[in-house]
Amino acid sequence: MKTAAATFLVLMCVLGSAGADSAKNSCVSCHSLLEDARLLKPAQLFDGDVHHQAGLTCVDCHGGNPNDESLNAMSPAQGFRGVPKKAAIPEFCARCHSDAAYMHPFNPKLRVDQLSEYLTSVHGKKLKQGDAKVAACVDCHGVHNILAVADTRAPVNPSNVATTCGRCHSDAAYMKEYKIPTDQVAHYKKSVHAEILAQGDTSAPTCTTCHGNHGATPPGVKSVANVCGTCHVFFAQLFEKSPHQAAFAQMGLPGCVQCHSNHEIVKPSDTWVGTGANSVCSSCHTAGDAGFKSSQAIAQNLAKLDLAIAQADTVLDTAERAGMEVSNAKLQLASAHEALIKARVNVHTFRDAEVQKITDPGLVIAKQADQAGVAALQELNIRRKGLGVALITIFVAIAGLVLKIRQIEAKPQS
Amino acid sequence: MNGLTHKALTWLDERFGAGAIEEFLRHKIIPIHRHTIWYYFGGMTLFLFIIQVLTGILLLLYYRPTPNDAFESVQYMMTQVRFGWLIRSVHSWSANLMIFTAFVHMFSVYFLKAYRKPRELTWVSGMLLLFIIMGFGFSGYLLPWNTLAFFATKVGTEMAGSVPIVGKWFLVFLRGGEEVTGATLTRFFGFHVAVLPGLCTTLLAIHLMLVQQLGMSVPPGVERAIAEGRETKRSIPFFPNFLLRDMIGWYAALGVLGALAAVFPWELGAKADPFAAAPAGIRPEWYFLFMFQTLKYLPSKVLFIDGELLGIFGFSAAALVWVAVPFLDRRIGFGRTTRFFTGAGIFVIGYMVVFSWLALR
Repeated sequence: MKTAAATFLVLMCVLGSAGADSAKNSCVSCHSLLEDARLLKPAQLFDGDVHHQAGLTCVDCHGGNPNDESLNAMSPAQGFRGVPKKAAIPEFCARCHSDAAYMHPFNPKLRVDQLSEYLTSVHGKKLKQGDAKVAACVDCHGVHNILAVADTRAPVNPSNVATTCGRCHSDAAYMKEYKIPTDQVAHYKKSVHAEILAQGDTSAPTCTTCHGNHGATPPGVKSVANVCGTCHVFFAQLFEKSPHQAAFAQMGLPGCVQCHSNHEIVKPSDTWVGTGANSVCSSCHTAGDAGFKSSQAIAQNLAKLDLAIAQADTVLDTAERAGMEVSNAKLQLASAHEALIKARVNVHTFRDAEVQKITDPGLVIAKQADQAGVAALQELNIRRKGLGVALITIFVAIAGLVLKIRQIEAKPQS
Repeated sequence: MNGLTHKALTWLDERFGAGAIEEFLRHKIIPIHRHTIWYYFGGMTLFLFIIQVLTGILLLLYYRPTPNDAFESVQYMMTQVRFGWLIRSVHSWSANLMIFTAFVHMFSVYFLKAYRKPRELTWVSGMLLLFIIMGFGFSGYLLPWNTLAFFATKVGTEMAGSVPIVGKWFLVFLRGGEEVTGATLTRFFGFHVAVLPGLCTTLLAIHLMLVQQLGMSVPPGVERAIAEGRETKRSIPFFPNFLLRDMIGWYAALGVLGALAAVFPWELGAKADPFAAAPAGIRPEWYFLFMFQTLKYLPSKVLFIDGELLGIFGFSAAALVWVAVPFLDRRIGFGRTTRFFTGAGIFVIGYMVVFSWLALR
């Protein structure tokens, strides 16, 4: 019955368009009239597709003859390729996307190695093994309504990537047979990376920044530092030269994520260093070992500088609120803040002397700023006392003038 | 008077005629009646002007009028120079108090009808002095080269530039170019420390000379009461009786200035950045607020005339009428008052207070 109806509609389409302009796209004009949503949707969606905007039509992917308004338009003789099977999708898209000469006129900057990368990915490998559940091009990019990556509506736009990956990776039932966790996206959404991305900074990392996009693969223990180090360059360099580099490698521990976690990377705190309740050092180091002592010293240095800055800040704020001019001291204190930030970076040397090298000058600056604030408050006190003395003097002078006036006016006028 | 003082005075008298001044002071009298208190505001304004001159000269020792140095030099004065903070704060507070006392003086003269014949020119010279004082305020506001001052000057000079025909020329003249730049700062500094003081001193001399020449005006109501025998005509010598009373006011003003400078030091703010966006809530000094608020309320077009332009013309016309009041209020004379002008004065004060308050909300 359905086939009969479809045939009827196609015939209607053929009759209705007899004598129409030969440039008319018979794929769209016929599919627009079909009732089957699966067949109707491509015709409805394609208008907004990036390929349509680039001037491509249905036949550029599916073949066939758009000028032929009969069902014969979709015959293999007319070059019709139809809908590719899931396993064939990567190669289907790659016919154009791996052809540098073809792609160049559309977008010279667009990469053409997506297929070769995809084939190295876990998705690609499993697809080749016959697993049709894994992601292929259309699962992430969509089909017939594909949008440019820069388009904020695109599922592959940085702001949507975590949700797109999570469509499969957060679905415990769907992922059951792969035996991998399904809480990555939930963890990631609590991370400082997600927080920054949500604020509109699209340079903040999302799933594909660390795992790769077309060549998506979980970073191995050895490559974690490299992955984090692509953005956190100084931290990676310091870690490489630190005693932890060799020790972690020997123990088979991943670098950065050992302390910072992998997906739920929250804003670090100074309390992570040292031997307190929140310490991450204590998870490996025990009382008495060199690392334990070093972490204690690092924590103390950071805490000392942090406290000195907070004290100076309070004093300077009090002085400023009282109307004292302390902008120079505040500017000076900014250098101490910078020193604290540098010292926090230097924690990744895991050597207390390296941290102290930064915190000591910072402490000197913070103390100078604090002294400037104290001096401003003392000066304020002096001013107020001076004001008191001046007001008393003025009052006495006024009283003297009043008495003088009375004395003059008490005399009989001559 | 001891022998040495007497000798010194005789020496001066032989050369400068100091005796004539002494004689003048001895015979100058001040009327005493229920409105005498208003006489003190003129002297108070003069006292604050003298403070401005003295503190201004001290500020000149350190101030550098260039965009690179202006802010830093004021900052240096406020933090490093001994009592620099006091001098700068007193200069700023005194400027504001001076404008306040000048307004009080002007309105007291207006309501007591002291502008009536033969004191028309005293009123005109006083009004011109008031405009010059406001010019001092406008030009001095920019000198610390801080953000608020920079953008307020930009807005203020833009208003001047919107006047047809001469506006563009006037804007370039004020700014020393198309934009508010270092050239504007140099120019405003020049106006503030040379042009305006020159004009002010000349006008002040004329104003004081007229006051001395014509004596203090007695309000019509008091004159009528004396004529009808309801009040007796009383007076005190200017020297020393009135001068000593004046000095009480000056000491009090000095105390208020010191207290304001010590408790509320004049803020410096952040250094002006011509490339930064204008901060929110830019407002001119308080004595321009009523005009600023009026211009804000005016629609962009009133019939076919630009709203802002209409406002500027309106205020200019009102200022001209105000200056010409002694020549317009012709019915005023002995014992008579003109209710229209009194009502207009009350309206003007109400308008200034309400619109300034609206701007501050």
